[in-house]
This record gives sequence, structure tokens and C-alpha cells, in this order.
Amino acid sequence: MTKFFTLLSREIRSYFYSPIAYIVLVFFLLISGVDFYFQISFMNQRPVPYSVEEAFFNSVFFWFAFVLIFPLITMRLFSEEFKLGTIEPLMTAPVRDWQVVLSKFFGALFFYVVLWIPTALYFIIFQAVTHQPAAGSSGAYFGAYLMLFLLGGFYLSIGCFASVLTKNQIVAAIISFAVITLHFFSGLISFILVDISSGTRQLLGYFSAIEQMGTLSRGEIDTRPIVLYLSLTIVMLAFTYQAFQTRKWKL
Amino acid sequence: MIKVENLTKRYAGQTAIDDLTFEVGKGEIMGFLGPNGAGKSTTMRILSSFMPPTSGRASVAGFDVFENSLEARSHLGYMPENVPLYNDMRVIEYLDYRAALKGVPHRRIKERVGDVKELCGLKDVEKKLIGALSKGYRQRVGLADALVHEPDLLILDEPTSGLDPNQIRQVRDLIKNLGRQHTILLSTHILPEVEMTCNRIIIINRGKIEACDTPENLLHQMRTATGVTLEAKTGQDDGAEQLKKIAGVKDVTLTSEGDWQIFSLRVEAGAEVRPEVFRLASDRHWAVRELSQRKATLEDVFVEITHPDEA
Repeated sequence: MTKFFTLLSREIRSYFYSPIAYIVLVFFLLISGVDFYFQISFMNQRPVPYSVEEAFFNSVFFWFAFVLIFPLITMRLFSEEFKLGTIEPLMTAPVRDWQVVLSKFFGALFFYVVLWIPTALYFIIFQAVTHQPAAGSSGAYFGAYLMLFLLGGFYLSIGCFASVLTKNQIVAAIISFAVITLHFFSGLISFILVDISSGTRQLLGYFSAIEQMGTLSRGEIDTRPIVLYLSLTIVMLAFTYQAFQTRKWKL
Repeated sequence: MIKVENLTKRYAGQTAIDDLTFEVGKGEIMGFLGPNGAGKSTTMRILSSFMPPTSGRASVAGFDVFENSLEARSHLGYMPENVPLYNDMRVIEYLDYRAALKGVPHRRIKERVGDVKELCGLKDVEKKLIGALSKGYRQRVGLADALVHEPDLLILDEPTSGLDPNQIRQVRDLIKNLGRQHTILLSTHILPEVEMTCNRIIIINRGKIEACDTPENLLHQMRTATGVTLEAKTGQDDGAEQLKKIAGVKDVTLTSEGDWQIFSLRVEAGAEVRPEVFRLASDRHWAVRELSQRKATLEDVFVEITHPDEA
């Protein structure tokens, strides 16, 4: 296990050594900040039936930024090591394949969590300034961040898999972007197509990230998305592990 | 220390190495020689458990590289060709990280890293970013990395490639010193280096072992297959063509130095061609200023064995 933590600490450090991390942080926080500003401005003009926190986590801006960051975070994970050849000294050291794969995933997850921490400030500041709750209940915060964590974990695992497939970072970024966007937009189908049966609509709703976020950010902690995303993440990581084992010396 | 039996590796229809069998004993420094693409790096990558063989077996320190890969890897220090390193880390950070990764106990890491730093002369650059180092220093970092966990066996893939003559000498001395306590397998195509450092040599060509012996024995076998040098003025004659016709002459290369032409003849084992050469030169009225025989060097052995159109 210590080797896993050695690898993990190196992964985390390498994120913060690279300029990409800071670019992603700035880009992301900029968009979130602007989004929050617009949501509040909108609320200033007319009363709305949802809380500040719900508005933030369900807006277009939010989802746009959200989907874009994953390829940027994960594209270099394996691709760079293959390209530079550093995979060779890594895999000829006495470490196991799963330690390498999981340390990269958890490194990315750690960075992702760090990315989100500043957004909690928005709600803290709002409450401090207006003396009003930003969310319907405290469970709503938990629900929203839980959804982010789960969906984020899944999208990061897709990014890891894409990165294992190629030594070109751009190709990895494009593959993960395509898959993630496809998955995300499949959640929109029920909103776009009007003439589908209610049964189909319900079925699509189970897989829709947008609907799930809507539910969880209201504080309804539904265990179904939890199980769904955890299982999907595990499956993607298993694929990544398999692909890694066979491709590490070919690339 | 290293035992290889019938090792074969095929990829995409090509056979990189074909049925290799050899052994390297404890304390030996074994040189692995061959033209580019012969299969040296492939063999080393299989020995270091980086890739699995298509068939055959290999073991390092008694541990099979496929079945007991982790144990095998802890007993060996490997330095790949082109020494890939993380450019965003400092030398000392990198070595600490590698020591931890290789299982050096936490309390010993500082000591071990300090030792290899001294040994490889990295004290001056320990705080520098690896990306900012020159090739020579990068090679030394690679070597330090290979040594940090005190392995019994070192596998070095072209440890002096790209270095200047001073650096080559330093690395060569380092290897010779290390040879006293470690078993070393190194690959190169710099022959004088091999002559100076290795106990035994394997010559590999197109995936097959062509020779496996001490340098002295190989030279001894080649003793009679040597080279003859003729420096003459051949006037209008095409000297090379004429010389090639002499029985026993395998090949002639020509370099010109001013008016004089210098012919290097590769000669068949056991053939004494100098009298014929002299007779040819005097018949054709060439002015001769040197006719000599070169003693075989390892380079001759190498070329002889790996020459594609060997008669």
C-alpha cells in the first residue's frame, strides 16, 4: 500500500507542477463565478421557485464548464508517460499495474475535488451577506456535491481510459470529450424530444445526469444514481487496467 | 544471475529475437553487442519485465521474469536507452521517489540516495530540475536511479550513447568499479568500451546470437582473418578492382590522401595475400609506400560476424 501512496503523492505533485492545472483552475473558477453572478442577478429581478444553490448547480454555464474540464485533467495521465518513455522505468520498478492505474485515477480525483472547494465559498459569502439560506436545506449541499463527486469520478475514469489508448494527448482529450459529451447529452434527450412515451421518458430520466442533479441538489438523496455512477466508474477503471496491461510496452 | 532459455519475441509479424539462450554469472560484466535493430533492447526489456516474451523463459537472480516479476524487478536496476526521466522533478526528489518506489525502507532512503549521489557525482546538481540537465548528467541520474536500491544486477541499455569522450570515460570507469560488486549486462555498439570493461561478449544479429565468448577468445579465432593496408599510387589503374581479384581478398575500401591511395583489404581467415599484392603492384608499376597487416580488433570480429553479405 505504501507504494500506492508514493505513486499517488507523485501524481498529485505533478498536477501542481504543470501549468495546465492552473489554467484549468482559473478557467473553471472564472466561469463558475460568472455563472453565480448571473444567477443572482436574475433572481434580483423576479422571484423564483428554487434556491440559489439549485440555480447554480443546474445552469447552462455550469454544465458547459463541467463537461469541458475532464479531458483537460486526464489527457496527460497515461499518454504523456507513453510519449516520454517514462512508462519504462515506472513499470520496471517493483510496482503492480493496479497501483499505477489507481494512483493516476485518484490523483485526478483529488485535483478535481480541489477544483470544487472554492465554490463552497459562494454560498458561504451569500449567507454571510444576505443572512438568508442559499439552499432549501443543508442536505441540498450534500446532494449537489455528492452528485458532482460521483459524476466526476465517472467522467474521470472515462478520461483515464482514453488516455491509456494513445500516446497522443490531444487524441486522448478528443476521445474523452466525445464520450463524455455523448453521455451528457443523452441525458438531454428527454427534454428535447417532445413526442416520446412517458415510459421511455422515465427510462431516459434514470440515466440523465441533468435530472439526477436536479433531484440531488434539492436534497433528495436518491441512492440509484450513487450505485449507477459507482458501478460505471469501477467498470471504466477495470477497462483501463486491462488496456494498460496489454498496451504499456506497445506504445 | 541471468538465465535465458529459448527466448523468442515476435511482434506484428516480425521476429525481434529468435530462440536466444545464454547465461550471465554472478559478478560478470557481460557486453551485449549488435547492430541497431538486432534485438538488444528487446532482450533487455524482457529481462526487466517490461514486456513479456512470445515464448521461452528468462530468469533474473533465480526469479522468473514473468511468473515472479515483482521479485525479479526488485533484484535488478535497469537503465533504459535514452534515459527517460520526469523533467518536472528535481534530481533529489526524483531519487527519493524512485527509492521509495523500489522498496527501500523509509529510514534508509536518505542514506541510500546520499550514497548514489556521491557515487554518480550528482552533488552539484541535486537541486536542479531534471529538464535543465545536460545529457551527461541525465545519464548519471539514470545510473543513480538504477543503483539506489542496491540491486545485485544492473542492466544498462547503451549507457554511453550521446556522451562526449570525457563523459564516456567517466561512465566507463564507474561501470568498471561497479563491476566489482554487481553483475552487469550492458549493451553498446562502442567496441573499444567493450574491450575495456567486459568479461564476456554476446554478439547478436537479427535476433540470433552469433557469438558468445570472452573478447580474447573471439579475437583469437579471428587472429588469422585480418586486414592488409596498402598505400600506393596506382596512376590510371582502378586499384580496388584489381586488388579484389586476388584470391583471399574479400573486400577492398579506398580512401585517398592527396596523390596516394590507401586501400584497406579485408582478408579471409588464414590467407596470406601480401606477396600477391606486392606482385600486383610491381607488375602494374605502382609506387608503394606501405604494405602492412593489421591485427584483428573487435571491430573486425563484429563486422565479420554481422556483415550482411558475408561470403
